[in-house]
Amino acid sequence: MGEVASSTACVEVRDLHVTFPLYHGSARTLRRTLARVANARFEQDSQQRMVVQALRGISFSLAPGDRLGLVGGNGAGKTTLLRALAGIYEPVAGRVTVRGEINALLDTNLGMNVELTGRENITLRGLHAGLSPKRIRSVEEDVQTFAELGSFLDMPVRTYSSGMVVRLGFALATSIRPRVLLMDEWFLAGDTNFMLKAQGRLEQLVRQAEILVISTHQIDVISAWCTRVLWMDHGMIRMQGSPDEVLPAYLRDAEEGAGRPETGDA
Amino acid sequence: MSAPSGTAANERPGPEPVLDLQPETLPGRMRHVGRDLHDSLRLWRLCWTLSWLDVKLRYRGSVLGPFWLTASTAVMIAAMSLLYTTLFHIAVAGYIPFLSLSLVLWGFIGGVVNEGSTCFTQAEGMIRSMRLPYGLHAARCIIRNIMVLLHNVVVVLVVFAIFRVWPGAQALRALPGAALWLADALAACLLLGTLGARYRDIPPIVASLMQIFFFVSPIIWKPELITAGHAWLQLNPFYSLIEVVRRPLLGEHGSAHLWPLALGYSGVLWLAALLLFMRMRARLAYWI
Repeated sequence: MGEVASSTACVEVRDLHVTFPLYHGSARTLRRTLARVANARFEQDSQQRMVVQALRGISFSLAPGDRLGLVGGNGAGKTTLLRALAGIYEPVAGRVTVRGEINALLDTNLGMNVELTGRENITLRGLHAGLSPKRIRSVEEDVQTFAELGSFLDMPVRTYSSGMVVRLGFALATSIRPRVLLMDEWFLAGDTNFMLKAQGRLEQLVRQAEILVISTHQIDVISAWCTRVLWMDHGMIRMQGSPDEVLPAYLRDAEEGAGRPETGDA
Repeated sequence: MSAPSGTAANERPGPEPVLDLQPETLPGRMRHVGRDLHDSLRLWRLCWTLSWLDVKLRYRGSVLGPFWLTASTAVMIAAMSLLYTTLFHIAVAGYIPFLSLSLVLWGFIGGVVNEGSTCFTQAEGMIRSMRLPYGLHAARCIIRNIMVLLHNVVVVLVVFAIFRVWPGAQALRALPGAALWLADALAACLLLGTLGARYRDIPPIVASLMQIFFFVSPIIWKPELITAGHAWLQLNPFYSLIEVVRRPLLGEHGSAHLWPLALGYSGVLWLAALLLFMRMRARLAYWI
């Protein structure tokens, strides 16, 4: 523990570009990409392929203690940026440097396999994070207590109610403590009862992470948690600064744009 | 704090895992492939668990569990033996041990090649939710097929016992061949997995090619049956690769002359796999 304390976490993004190719014949990918980048920016690259520029020239850096909120309409590139920070999408141009263990809570089910039991999913997640078998058992207990799954823990996740899946996913994700925490907005969605219970645990996780990057539509979450806000629009940074500066401008723009048909908020 | 997590898994001297990503240059690409394979190796425990769960999941809820693999192989070999010996009047004692071993070995080859072409697309959920070395997905495919192979080997052992075929110490000479198979399996998964991620037509193409190879390779027929044009047989990469493992296991000599051929084909496979994977590794997540 002492050795870790000596160095600090940091995130540095310089002129990051992420471009998705749109290939013929891969309708599946095409459809997905289109859904993700709703107001897509099409262009043809040097080889005459259609590409979507999901991120265009993003630059920022984060130091320990920074809590960055990403705002912007659907398809502004928030999730893509989180994925790029997690190292899933490698930059097409520019550079991403992240120092410190990362926990990325991006997927609704965190890559859980619904055919496997809750316990097996916990083991897999622990192994992903490189935990020892002993640590995995303690994570298992922790999750079991929090998620209140009882004997369902040894049943396939597919038999769970959606609330149980969220509880399991949430407990699992929050039991592995990273130094750099990347969170997508789904994570804050849940019924009120659950959110009350989850809040303490989530706040603890957020406090313990040295750096937090969170993407959300919930402005109150941003103003409560974040020290900085990055407003993204069409894959570019529209504005960045403190919540006091950025949020009013963002809200004003959202109100004005409410009549515009281009973003269908889900 | 988060210190206990991943201490064993993290980088050696620096206490911090550092992610530093930018567009790759040629030396960077080579380094990253090395890093990818190295990281995959460090996650062996995860890889093992994933593979075992894959096997278990296929038969979850059934009475026999993964032993259905053993049972269905036994049924197939019994049926084929009966058919071929009554239909073609082939001498039972020499043929059935050969046939059962060949079918089981081919099951492994076919499994690795077919599933290898989807090894990345099938791991879509994992790839899109966290950064993992791609070698892990390839290794998962290989280990899963080794587990299937081990279930099937039981049938071969029983057949050998029935017909009193025992290769003895000669069987140990299959080990270098087995090592070559493992290396080739990894290359095949990386190569076909990358192609399969980019072109979704690759898996069905591979599947139909493998069906053709099943018949043109000496699996259900002995290579000695070909009298004219034995040289043609050598053009089939599976011929030499199968023989360097199968002959020792049957207690036969004379696979030495096939080794240069087997190594040559493996070298070509590895070169192709490395070149493609090096070039495309960073793009894989975009395609999936």
